[in-house]
Amino acid sequence: MLRCQGGEPSITPKNNYGKRCLLNELLQGMYMSFLTVLFACLFYAATAILVVGLLLKIRTYARTPAPLKIPTTPAPTTKGGVVLRLTREVALFESLFKSNKWIWLFGYLFHAALLLVTLRHLRYFTEPVWTPIEMIQPFGMYAGFAMVAGLAGLWARRFLVDRVRYISTPSDHLILMLLIAIGLSGLGMTFVAHTDIVAVKAFMLGLMVFDLQPLPTDPILLIHLSLVALLMIIFPISKLLHAPGIFFSPTRNQTDDPRDRRHLSPWAAKLESGTQSKADA
Amino acid sequence: MAAPKFDVPKLTGFIEVPLLKEGASAHIKSFPASDVIQEGIGYPGPLVDGWHDKAIAKMGDLLGRYRSLQVFMDACVHCGACTDKCHYFIGTADPKNMPVARQELMRSVYRRHFTFAGKYFPSLVGAKDLTEETLQDWYSYYYQCSECRRCSVYCPYGIDTAEVTMAGREILDTVGIGQKYTNEIIGKMHKIGNNLGLPGPALADTLEGLEEDIFDNTGVPVKLPLDLEGAEIMLVTPSADFFAEPHVESLIGYAKVFHAAGISWTLSSKASEAGNFGLFIGSYENMRRGAMRIRDAALDLGVKRVVVGECGHAWRVAYSFWNTLTGVGHGGDDPFSKQLQKQLDPKYPAPQHICEFTYDLIQQGKLKFDKSLNDHRIITFHDSCNVARGSRMSDMPGGQFIIPREIIKAVANNFHDMQAETIHEGTFCCGGGGGLLTDDLMELRVKGALPRMEAFNNVVQEKQVNFLALICAICKSQFSKVIPYYGFDMSMVGGVHQLVATAILLEVPEETEQESEAEESEA
Ligand code: HEM
Ligand code: SF4
Ligand code: SF4
Repeated sequence: MLRCQGGEPSITPKNNYGKRCLLNELLQGMYMSFLTVLFACLFYAATAILVVGLLLKIRTYARTPAPLKIPTTPAPTTKGGVVLRLTREVALFESLFKSNKWIWLFGYLFHAALLLVTLRHLRYFTEPVWTPIEMIQPFGMYAGFAMVAGLAGLWARRFLVDRVRYISTPSDHLILMLLIAIGLSGLGMTFVAHTDIVAVKAFMLGLMVFDLQPLPTDPILLIHLSLVALLMIIFPISKLLHAPGIFFSPTRNQTDDPRDRRHLSPWAAKLESGTQSKADA
Repeated sequence: MAAPKFDVPKLTGFIEVPLLKEGASAHIKSFPASDVIQEGIGYPGPLVDGWHDKAIAKMGDLLGRYRSLQVFMDACVHCGACTDKCHYFIGTADPKNMPVARQELMRSVYRRHFTFAGKYFPSLVGAKDLTEETLQDWYSYYYQCSECRRCSVYCPYGIDTAEVTMAGREILDTVGIGQKYTNEIIGKMHKIGNNLGLPGPALADTLEGLEEDIFDNTGVPVKLPLDLEGAEIMLVTPSADFFAEPHVESLIGYAKVFHAAGISWTLSSKASEAGNFGLFIGSYENMRRGAMRIRDAALDLGVKRVVVGECGHAWRVAYSFWNTLTGVGHGGDDPFSKQLQKQLDPKYPAPQHICEFTYDLIQQGKLKFDKSLNDHRIITFHDSCNVARGSRMSDMPGGQFIIPREIIKAVANNFHDMQAETIHEGTFCCGGGGGLLTDDLMELRVKGALPRMEAFNNVVQEKQVNFLALICAICKSQFSKVIPYYGFDMSMVGGVHQLVATAILLEVPEETEQESEAEESEA
């Protein structure tokens, strides 16, 4: 990719994505603000850390054997049942609902809103914008408030409930702070200090094809983007691993069929070699 | 009952979540195992040289062998949903008995040694070095968890503190810190064949005595066969059933059911213990070694079915793990498991719980009862934690809740359940499970029983309940000992098959009929 395709040193947005390469862009510093390059690098790095970090973690989870059948019973007896159980856990937070209505309320509010907000952000990465994403735009706008409200509720518990206060570490507070700051800076741009979202979109679309476009320099936007990058970076090294973790939790993803099928992990099978007939005891 | 050296909680009618009292149960420590005990089950003792590195290495080993541990170490978000779910926390108010805090004892070390954040920003994420004090904390609080899995029901990711506790105990054992009670019993299981150290001849004597007792009471020659080759069924039951009260009443119940059904059965002197404390210390190897006796006995005796008596953790091991550990089950396709499985009758689940067995016979109309014989009892049922959350009965999920209750209703007229959030998968542990059923942990056992005692007291007050029906040897021993602290009589505790034994109608053979009638009129 060192051979660049040339082209005018202009930065006309859209149209000619992919026609240039990063190196070319970097060399054209006079057209490209330092900030644009910095944020481009930041997002490439954050994405790489997020993706590679998550893949490595998921690989570890997938490769680590679960030698014993330990579903928390009553548990489904079929694979289809397990899919349903996990779907209910992920879509409804079923166990949490049984457990604590306040955490469920705030937690569900936050996550549902986060999902909407994230989906809404897809409009910055797609052209033309997919119809379903168009359709949720109005909800997405207000979901930001719901997200911050949910987070505030969760944070309040960390101060008000002595049990939760006891188990909270600084990082628990910081992650909530980070998410609230992301939410508030986002809401700030939607409702207070508008930024040039056409340019932001051009920047994002450009990033995806390694064609840098200038990023607006409103401080609030830069704060928002920095925090999001930070969130992506800490994702694979923090408790945010609960998101992939839930799918690998043996108490939730195992079928309850130990009497009908012999379940044997590779390391446990090794104990059996040479014990065909009688016990080794 | 001697006056306790601690405050017995007062029953208030409600299961209250206490405010935190830091260090409230820090002084509760079970007796440590001697070197001899440790050696007997393949561990060193006392604390070995280089314990720090060995402990960390063991943690790494377990993280690589158990997906549960690996995922649970990472996934917890400190949401707090589990904090009020543990009976030991409810009873002691010690924050380290909150499930997440118990996990955190290990997670902080995991973070420090196995995660980027913990290596470079330890204080930010609550990562801690492993010190000798940490090990002592582990010893205290990993032996204040009964591995009952109640927390795992309520955690949004199913994080099961029992898995963490087991890993913690295994690491402790590996560096030479073991618990006397559990490890001594595992040693006895390996050496003599059962937890009580009851040798074969003594067992034969006991069974003979029981046959005589049953005959004297009923005039029916109910047999309790031992090591009967070619029997259809081998019954594996906790050794406490052979002589402890009220356990033995249930053993009589099983024998009467077998007798009434006319099925040949046997006990085994080799497999004279259903319990398997290897589970409690998370030792796959010890658990497997204990379970191997069942396989061997089944092969030796040539039985077609294996039935398990009333015991909670034993049923979890049998139901969930036997097939894996030793091939007692169905569906194996390797030579090791097939060797046994071709002998087992595919028409019946292997292993089968005695309640499943009795229930099937009731369904088929093969057992006759006079329910009124239980009319002096007003009964409630306690779901044993390991049965409720770690196993199943019958084909349908939740059968473990239905079947024991259906048996009770078939043999007695007065049954009332305890309050909804304390039964089924929400059941509270009796307070003595997981290797804590030892006198040196009496304070913990009494306090840990608090939520169950509240629920029990409520049905005693409202429904005049006078019988707590159980399907677990540990529950039976624990409640017999602990309910007097709460002002109840220990005779209120008994087994489900004790109720069966009371109500079952057996055909009295003609020769003995007159004899026993004569005896009755004399009395
Ligand atoms: C598969 C997707 C996910 C599921 C099923 C899930 C589920 C949950 C649940 C059940 C909780 C506990 C209740 C609560 O405190 O809200 C939780 C907490 C949390 N989740 Fe997620 N989550 C998912 C994805 C994410 C993502 C993508 C983020 C990203 C930023 C996130 C951030 C958090 C945070 C920060 C908390 C802790 C809140 C607190 O401090 O109390 N989750 N999650
Ligand atoms: S497994 Fe049971 S005893 Fe252990 S922490 Fe969880 S609720 Fe408490
Ligand atoms: S409920 Fe689960 S995720 Fe929440 S604090 Fe407890 S163990 Fe952690």
